[in-house]
Amino acid sequence: MSKGNDDKPITAKKFMKEFHRYQKGSITRRHFLGVTGLGTAMAVMGTAAPSLWSGQANAAGELGDRLVFSTWPNYHDQANLDEFTAKTGVNIQVNAFGSNEEMLAKLQAGGTGWDVFVPTNYTISNYVELDLIQELDLSRIPYYDAAANNPKFAGPATVNGKVYCVPKNWGTTGFIVNTKKIKSQPKSWKDFFDVTMGKGSGHTILHDYQLTTIGAALCALGYSFNSIDAKELAEAEALLIKSKPHLFAITSDYQPGMRSGDGWMSICWNGDGTQLNNDLPEMHYVIATDGGEIWTDFYAIPKDAPHLNAAYAFINFMQDPNIQAREAAVHGYAPTDSRAIALQPPSLASDPILHPAENLMNGLEFGAAQTLTDPIRAEVMARFKSA
Amino acid sequence: MSKDNKANRWLTAALLTPTSLWFLVMLIFPLIVILVFSFGERAAVGGYAGGFTLEQYANLPSRLKAFQNTMLIAPAGTLLSLIVAYPLAYFLALRVDRKYKLILLVLVIVPFWTSLLVRTYAWIFILGGRGIPTLLEFIGIEGVRLINTPGAVLVGIVYGYLPLMVFPIFVSLEKLDKTLLEASSDLGGSPFKTFMQITLPLSKPGIATGCMLVFILLMGEFLIPAFLGGGKVFFIGNALVDLFLQSRNWPFGAAVSVTLVVIMLITVSFYMRMTLRNKTGRDESLM
Repeated sequence: MSKGNDDKPITAKKFMKEFHRYQKGSITRRHFLGVTGLGTAMAVMGTAAPSLWSGQANAAGELGDRLVFSTWPNYHDQANLDEFTAKTGVNIQVNAFGSNEEMLAKLQAGGTGWDVFVPTNYTISNYVELDLIQELDLSRIPYYDAAANNPKFAGPATVNGKVYCVPKNWGTTGFIVNTKKIKSQPKSWKDFFDVTMGKGSGHTILHDYQLTTIGAALCALGYSFNSIDAKELAEAEALLIKSKPHLFAITSDYQPGMRSGDGWMSICWNGDGTQLNNDLPEMHYVIATDGGEIWTDFYAIPKDAPHLNAAYAFINFMQDPNIQAREAAVHGYAPTDSRAIALQPPSLASDPILHPAENLMNGLEFGAAQTLTDPIRAEVMARFKSA
Repeated sequence: MSKDNKANRWLTAALLTPTSLWFLVMLIFPLIVILVFSFGERAAVGGYAGGFTLEQYANLPSRLKAFQNTMLIAPAGTLLSLIVAYPLAYFLALRVDRKYKLILLVLVIVPFWTSLLVRTYAWIFILGGRGIPTLLEFIGIEGVRLINTPGAVLVGIVYGYLPLMVFPIFVSLEKLDKTLLEASSDLGGSPFKTFMQITLPLSKPGIATGCMLVFILLMGEFLIPAFLGGGKVFFIGNALVDLFLQSRNWPFGAAVSVTLVVIMLITVSFYMRMTLRNKTGRDESLM
C-alpha cells in the first residue's frame, strides 16, 4: 500500500467511490482495503489487541482469553471483575440467574459452557450426586484458607470428604419494606402476607424462586421453611394463589421494582437490603420472626468447564481477602472468611443487616437438599406462576 | 426421457437436499422427540424418564390460565398492531414523497438493530412508577399503574412487532395501481368509499400476511410478558420456560408444546381458509 494513503484519513466521498469500484470489481479487495485504510486498521487491531489485553499473569496464554461466569443479580463489584480482566487478559462473560433451579436445569441439559458458577449450600450434595461439578484442587486456590472460614457456613462444600467448592458469602432471606408506604411495621411472614392482601395490595414482590417464595408461605402458616410435606405444600400453594392478585410482580430481580416505588415490600436477600437501604433510607430489611433462610453461596466449577485454568485463577482472585472485603462493601453480603471480615470498616462489621444478632437468626433454616429436586415443590411453584 | 430432463432432475434433487436435511434434522426429528417425551414421566431429580403415560396430558388443565391468556392477548395484540400499522404503511406507501420514502422505511427497521430484550427492558422504566405514572401525577392523575398489567404487555407487543406488520401491508399498498383510485374518484366515489372498495380489498394479502406473522410469533412469545407482565401476565411460552428451566418437568413441558402446536395448526389452517376463500378470479397469494 502506498505511503501517501496512510498519511491522511480518507474522506467519506472517496471511501464510497472506492467502495463502489470494489463492488463493481474494478479494483481488488486488497487494493480497496489498502486505499481506504481498513486493511491497516485491521492489521493494527490484530497485533495490538492481545498485547493490550493480556497482562503478565497470562504471559504464556495458559489462561485463555475468556471465562463464562454464572452468578446472581447485584452480586459483584464490576470494578473487581474488570481488575481480574486487566491482570490476566481473561474477559468475563457474566450470566445472572434468579434461582438455583434455573442453574440446575441448565447444567442438567448440558453444554452450558460455564467455567465458574455460584450455587447455594443446599444444592451442592445434589450436584455431586448428579456428577455435575468437579472436586476442587485446593492447591490451585492458595488464597483460600479453610481455617479462616466458619464451618457453619463452609460445611456444605465438603461432600463425602471431598471439597467441591469454596465459600463466597453468607446471608439471610427476609423481606424489605418501604416504610414510607407501609407504616404497620410487619415483623413476620404472616404479617407480610396480611399486608400484601390488605393495605399493601398491588405492591408486593415475590421471588421467581421456589425455595424462598414457597418457604415464605410455609413460614407464614407456621411450617418449616423446608417442608416437603404434601399437605403443608398444598396449604402454601393456596396462600400463594390467594395472594397472587395482590402482587406487583413475581421476580428475583426485585431491586428495579422497589426503587421505582411500585413495589412496597419484597422477599429480599440481606445484601440487596443493604444496597436498597444505602440509597433509600426508608427501605428497611426485616428478618422475619416466624422463620426464613440462612444460606451460604459458593464458587464451584462445572464438570465440563471449558476454561479450567481461568476458572481456578478467577476463584483464587475472588478469594483474596482484600477483594472479598471490596466486594462486600459494594454488594452488602458478609464474607465467611474471617480475614476479609477483619478488613471491613467498623461500620460494616457491626452492620445489623450484614451481621445480625445471633438471637434474630435462631428461627432461620439452611435450605434442605431435598427441596431442590422435590417434584411437588417444583410443580407448586409452576402452578402458582401460571395461576 | 431425454438426457437433459434426467440431468435436470438430478440438479433439482441436489438443490433440495440441504433444505430437506435441514427440515429433517431441525424440525421433524425434534418434533418426534417432543412427541415421545410428552408420553414419558418426570425423572426423580427432573428431566425425562421413559415410559408411556397420558398423565401429562391429563395435567393440562393446570395450565388453563396460561392458555387463556395467550389465546386472548395474542389475537388482541395482532389486531392492535394492525390498527397501528395500517395508517403508517398507508402513509409510507401512498402519501410520502419518494425522496423520504427510503429513510422513513429505514426508521421503521432501526429498532430491530438492537436486541428486543434491551428494548423491552427500557419499557420497564418507561411504564414503571418513575416513568409515565410520575408524569401523570404532574397533571393530577394519581395512582396509575401501568407496568405488570395486560395493557403493558400489549404496548410491548405493538412496539416489538410493528415492523412485521408494517412491511407486508406496505408492499401490497405500494403495488396498488393508482389509476384505480383516480377512476374511483372520477366516477364520484367518496374518499371513504374508495378506501373501502379499492384500497382495503387490494391490501388484503398484506394484511393477511402481517397478521399471520405477528399472530404465530405471539403465540410463542415469552419475553414481553415476562418483562412487562412481571410474571403476572403469564403466556403459554412462560409456562414452557418454567417447565424446562425451573421445575425441569420435560415430559409435561413436551405435552404443553404438542398442545400448543396442535392449537396453532387448527387456528392457522382455519385462518388461511378464511382469507383464501374469497378468490377474486385471479390467483391470490399471501404476499
